[in-house]
Amino acid sequence: MPETLKDTETTKDGTAAVPGPTAATMAASTKPEKARSLWSDAWHDLRRNPLFVASAILITILVVMAAFPQLFTGADPRYADLANHYLQKPNWSHVFKEDWFGYDVQGRSIYARVIHGARNSILVALVVTALVTVIGTATGMIAGYFGGLIDTLLSRVTDIFFAVPFTLGAMVVLTSFEERSVWVVILALAFLGWTQIARVARGSVLTIKQADYVMAAKALGASTSRILLRHILPNAIAPVIVVATISLGGYIGSEATLSFLGIGLAEPAVSWGVDISSGQEQLRNAAFVLIIPSIMVSITVLAFIMLGDAVRNALDPKLR
Amino acid sequence: MGRYVIRRLLQMIPVFIGATLLIFLMVNVMGDPIAGLCGDRQCDPATEAQLRGDFGLDKPVWQQYLTYMGHVFSGDFGTAFNGQKVIDLMATAFPITIRLTIVAIVFEIIVGIVFGVVTGLRRGRPVDTSVLLLTLVVIAVPTFVTGLLAQLLLGVTWHVIEPSVSSAAPFGELILPGLVLASVSLAYVTRLTRSSIAENVRSDYVRTAVAKGLPRHRVITRHLLRNSLIPVITFIGTDIGALMGGAIVTERIFNIHGVGFQLYQGILRQNTQTVVGFVTVLVIVFLVANLLVDLLYAVLDPRIRYA
Repeated sequence: MPETLKDTETTKDGTAAVPGPTAATMAASTKPEKARSLWSDAWHDLRRNPLFVASAILITILVVMAAFPQLFTGADPRYADLANHYLQKPNWSHVFKEDWFGYDVQGRSIYARVIHGARNSILVALVVTALVTVIGTATGMIAGYFGGLIDTLLSRVTDIFFAVPFTLGAMVVLTSFEERSVWVVILALAFLGWTQIARVARGSVLTIKQADYVMAAKALGASTSRILLRHILPNAIAPVIVVATISLGGYIGSEATLSFLGIGLAEPAVSWGVDISSGQEQLRNAAFVLIIPSIMVSITVLAFIMLGDAVRNALDPKLR
Repeated sequence: MGRYVIRRLLQMIPVFIGATLLIFLMVNVMGDPIAGLCGDRQCDPATEAQLRGDFGLDKPVWQQYLTYMGHVFSGDFGTAFNGQKVIDLMATAFPITIRLTIVAIVFEIIVGIVFGVVTGLRRGRPVDTSVLLLTLVVIAVPTFVTGLLAQLLLGVTWHVIEPSVSSAAPFGELILPGLVLASVSLAYVTRLTRSSIAENVRSDYVRTAVAKGLPRHRVITRHLLRNSLIPVITFIGTDIGALMGGAIVTERIFNIHGVGFQLYQGILRQNTQTVVGFVTVLVIVFLVANLLVDLLYAVLDPRIRYA
């Protein structure tokens, strides 16, 4: 199949990439300098992908919601008025009003709570993803590039962390802290979460390090750190970005799951997970108390998965 | 082949030791197992010293680990702080979770692969797009939401199933919980199979098979599917361990007293022996499942040989 072959070659010619400022934001950290590389090609594809546009818009709204909840609601998520007890059902016609989604068991506005809950959920997911990406990429790159004993050691350590079940590990970390702040939840999720990225990064580096431009850089006497950071990293990062985007959605789900199990964030923190966990007790007579924050979690996870999918398709030359 | 298996088994040893040590340290160093034993109050110092002596908690951690592992290899997983033998807890919990996992894996294999093949062969058509969107939704909705809603609708509102699983947990009652447990992985299996099929359907060997006049079903099952299954098998293999450990949520919703239930209780009560014991077994399951997957590669693709 000559077509596929040609495509693969163009992408592997690998000169450090680069598109306009918008593409740079989307492609996370890569700052390219020359046009029509893998990244500019990908950006070209992405702008025309309705899935990408839809998820990008959704994510922008969610991030704005997390940063400035006051823009969406004037109601206080912690203000409880027992007169507004949860038997008062949602008022679907009162769009953007305090009683749009009804009230929870303590008479707090569910609408205000889901808006304000975005901050903790998204903060946890973003910081965890940033942490695991840095730890995972560093581990994977060092293991893949240096090989030999270093590779064996780092890969075994990765295997060890990978073998411990994720939710269980996070639960054990969480139970050992008296106070479960956002930072403790972040620590618990990042502790076992970096292994997948490490494996992906290692695999990616293993293929890249054979490339001619790496040999050329070595022959020209470039230092190891320069080869790693300027030549290997920009070219090996694409699969890492895809996995990171998709797992960002996953961490939103994990935060909610831990809260559901009663060991994540706890009141008075406002987060979707906290609301879901308190909503399950009213499931039979007021299902909306649980369903509305669940929908917010699902939409957010969906947005990040769609974004990751779109980026993967754009970066994967085989699918062109 | 034999030598390969032996080499792999040897490689598993450091990972096994590392993973059990890791969980042992996490449980012991991060939490104080005695703290939870006297209810919400602080234990009085004499009782505390006595308990520490009884459970060997006054010794250094590495020594505790070695003693523990020594016992494990002679079949003694220790005693939970409430006096029950951990091995007895395992004997009741594991069969239930294994049944649940079998149901989940069967769903993954049958439904996931069928959907994957159907959509992979019809890339871009309406069936493909709708199944793809469906998988996205399934992945996006957290398992506990799927579980709670399925239980509410099927169990409470429509009375199709019992909302709570009995303590015997026969296969019949585990069908819905198994489906809920499998749901996210099911979606991944579908997507993996789909992309793998879509990639291989254009390959030379499929064209050859079609050209020499083989019936369509034979081309698909013998040539296309067999070659496309490697990534799917890899996923399902790693998933066995994840499903058994991740059943915490599903088991909690449907009140199933399996591994997830025991681990949940163990972690909340900081019951070191239970947690470390169960996780040790889960780690072994995970490692063995991965080994089996690697051996399956050779069956699927004869080009892969283990010298």
